[in-house]
Amino acid sequence: MVNTTQPTADLSPAPVVEKIQDERLREVSLLTKIMRRPELGALAGLVLVTIFFLSTADASMFTLAGIMNILSPAAQLGVLAIAAALLMIGGEFDLSIGSMVAFTGLVFGAFITISGWPLLLAIAGTFVVAAVLGGLNGQMVIRTRLPSFIVTLAFLFILRGLSLVGLKWATGGSTQMRGIGDQAGESLVRELFSGVAFEGVFSWLAAHDVIAKFPNGTPTVTGMPVSIVWFILFALVATWLLLRTRAGNWIFAAGGDANAARNSGVPVDRVKTGLFMLTACAAALVAILTVLDAGSTDARRGFQKEFEAIIAAVIGGCLLTGGYGSAIGAFFGAIIFGMVSIGLTYTRFDSDWFQVFLGAMLLLAVLFNNFIRRKVTGER
Amino acid sequence: MDNETPLIDIRNLVKHFGSVIALSGVSLTVRRGEVMCLLGDNGAGKSTLIKTLAGVHRPTSGEFFVEGQSVAFASPRDALDAGIATVYQDLAMIPLMSVTRNFFMGREPVKGIWPFRNVDFAHCDEVTREEMHRIGIDVRDPHQAVGTLSGGERQCVAIARAVYFGAKVLILDEPTSALGVAQTSMVLKYIHQVRQKGLGVIFITHNVRHAYAVGDRFTVLNRGKTLGTYAKLEIQIEELQNLMAGGKELQAVSEELGGMV
Repeated sequence: MVNTTQPTADLSPAPVVEKIQDERLREVSLLTKIMRRPELGALAGLVLVTIFFLSTADASMFTLAGIMNILSPAAQLGVLAIAAALLMIGGEFDLSIGSMVAFTGLVFGAFITISGWPLLLAIAGTFVVAAVLGGLNGQMVIRTRLPSFIVTLAFLFILRGLSLVGLKWATGGSTQMRGIGDQAGESLVRELFSGVAFEGVFSWLAAHDVIAKFPNGTPTVTGMPVSIVWFILFALVATWLLLRTRAGNWIFAAGGDANAARNSGVPVDRVKTGLFMLTACAAALVAILTVLDAGSTDARRGFQKEFEAIIAAVIGGCLLTGGYGSAIGAFFGAIIFGMVSIGLTYTRFDSDWFQVFLGAMLLLAVLFNNFIRRKVTGER
Repeated sequence: MDNETPLIDIRNLVKHFGSVIALSGVSLTVRRGEVMCLLGDNGAGKSTLIKTLAGVHRPTSGEFFVEGQSVAFASPRDALDAGIATVYQDLAMIPLMSVTRNFFMGREPVKGIWPFRNVDFAHCDEVTREEMHRIGIDVRDPHQAVGTLSGGERQCVAIARAVYFGAKVLILDEPTSALGVAQTSMVLKYIHQVRQKGLGVIFITHNVRHAYAVGDRFTVLNRGKTLGTYAKLEIQIEELQNLMAGGKELQAVSEELGGMV
């Protein structure tokens, strides 16, 4: 620190500085503070969508069972969307996450059924494979300096194709691999990745008539599906990482302006590679969760999830150009997704309106985000 | 330490890029508490020279001393560690990030133990607010995005950051070239403050008037060579202008420039 010589005479003494600053701080209106949050749009969208369904859908949609129904698909998408959001903030795309779900599902299934590995080892192995593939994606983008859009588009097809070929090879011609669930067996590890959590809490709540129960006393909803627990945990950790840690600052910097970040000593290439690895591992997590749930895997797993994840991230406030966005926004984005896709079946609308709704939502979100960005940075 | 030892002393620096001779023997010194202006037209080698000083390029030959010690930087990080900080014209700040996040970018102070280690943002905000106040920038809230600051304010924040993190020599790459009159005077005033703190400043510019306003000495580069170094007392602004243009008659142009700040 170079504070030994006071440069100018107009320096005010320290206590006065504090006072002035406090006054100025109060000048920042609450509205400005709220407007600065990237997830504002997603939260507003979630409120709107909830109001829409509250007024049009069957009341059973908002019972505990209905909410779990909404959150289950939201959780699977959300884990991907949060990782995609971090990567987008870091300035890159990964179009291969959907195919990565299928491929890591196959890898996981093969570790269990063909190699006969215990569950924990198979899970660890699957994450290692995913991390290596993600790292490969990242290194290719960094070394070739090609847009990640193109590189990962190539991987979208390569991994999808490999999943098909691999499944046929492993099963002798079928594109579905069965028996993974049975082979995995029951264990503590299995509890972490499939079934429901907090059963004790749910039965306690049922016993005290807080939630609905069957005449025999068991609650109608026995617990929270573990995928939802993972989803919420991942959202919390990612938000903390982004907003409170050094790595988070580096992610914003790498996506905001890679050159400026490099000049300031941020290891941009390492950050980006790490993000690609994280995205791939998120895909592997979704693969493990869904494969253990279904007991089997097939080549169409994760189909078009890359687009849905990016849409959820954009609804959550991520800019396509990087450097701005939030993980909790992607969390809300994924819930909107789940609510609309499941909710339409509770209404008298044709559920095929879903895609129209989705496209409109995306367009609105992008327009809104651009408006907010101009507001925040005072551009143009 | 001996106060007479120059902070930076380069002798006969040569840099070739393949068959292109970018620098063919440049000598320069920067002392404590002085602003050394580096003047030169396009293609004179200013960028190559500062990138060599900043550790981006390695010199082909020549000597480079920092505080009397011979150095050979392998990366910009080495130069930073030696106390040489470069503030690039437009590559310094990230508009979408807050002032605080920009200020501490790449050097975030952390607290706590892994894996719960996090950035001490309360401390960061406080330091940023204090430093901004010190240079007279009206930052209402350190969380506001850098994009909301003016170009001059951004340059000042970038300079303040370099000073805060212990730079001994500041290399300013055309800090005023994209700025208006009021903002230019803000940056020039701040350069003056930095000099009074005892730092050495290398101020690169096209604009002789900006240079003359704050410079103590002037080194003119032309076609990869130093045409000479002059103290402020030794040279008039018109002579500098002519030298910079390679001795060409610039009477008409300088008359035109006469009205400018």
